[in-house]
Amino acid sequence: MSLVARHLEANGLPTVIVGSAFDIVEYCGVPRFLFTDFPLGNPCGPPWRQDLQRKIAEQALDLVRDADVSRTTRKSDVLWPSDDDWHPRYGRVKPEDVERLRALGEERRRKHSEARKPG
Amino acid sequence: MTETVRYMERTRDYYRALGYPSDYVWARFEAVPFANLAKPLSQSRIGLVTTASPPDLGNRDASGRRQVWSGEISAAPDRLFTDNLAWDKESTHTDDRASFLPIEAVQHWADEGVVGGLAHRFHGVPTEYSQRKTTELDAPQVLARLRADGADVALLSPL
Repeated sequence: MSLVARHLEANGLPTVIVGSAFDIVEYCGVPRFLFTDFPLGNPCGPPWRQDLQRKIAEQALDLVRDADVSRTTRKSDVLWPSDDDWHPRYGRVKPEDVERLRALGEERRRKHSEARKPG
Repeated sequence: MTETVRYMERTRDYYRALGYPSDYVWARFEAVPFANLAKPLSQSRIGLVTTASPPDLGNRDASGRRQVWSGEISAAPDRLFTDNLAWDKESTHTDDRASFLPIEAVQHWADEGVVGGLAHRFHGVPTEYSQRKTTELDAPQVLARLRADGADVALLSPL
């Protein structure tokens, strides 16, 4: 999506990205970025929380209005409304998963190479 | 800014665990383009862009490859297809479409006069391993569709 934002801006269309993968978006470099520190999947606000979703949309629109230079990043002050600490969870490779993931990778590569064989 | 999740590091570790020999190389640019608003925000039309797919997976072409797709704001489904995307399926869910495609929230601010309105369509762009497909095929499609809708600003919200 960062690549799309860059293309739109280069062609004169202002953009704002609302996203939760801070490091990936910042690494690419985009014009305007509202960072929401939520689990991946709900960048625009926690599910069923219309109040917080409106607040985040307002912050994104404020950023469109206020930014006057590229790489303008703001962090939303909306907090994930749960005591559950989700931060350590996503994508972690646990020791007990190592063997299963290795087998999964081998299976994927086998299917991929079969699909590429000429019929 | 407080410590944020290092998704690039976790993604690298995950694919190494799968046994892939080389790491994914993320796009990185020194120069970042910037476009100014052409008119006040209160007169600007906002176009929305998501990475989700339609519920019927109608964005697949004959070879199964995902393409840019569009939907009417007024008939947006309550749910979109997100199972193929990399989001935190242990910590949350995507049953509320407004949590990743903010039609209702932006409409609220249009009703309040903060923005001029919403474009009549939203657009879906596939997340691709190939940066070339995104840059050369999908991004120009999204631009053409936003322009056709008269959008003055794009709000992009990747899952």
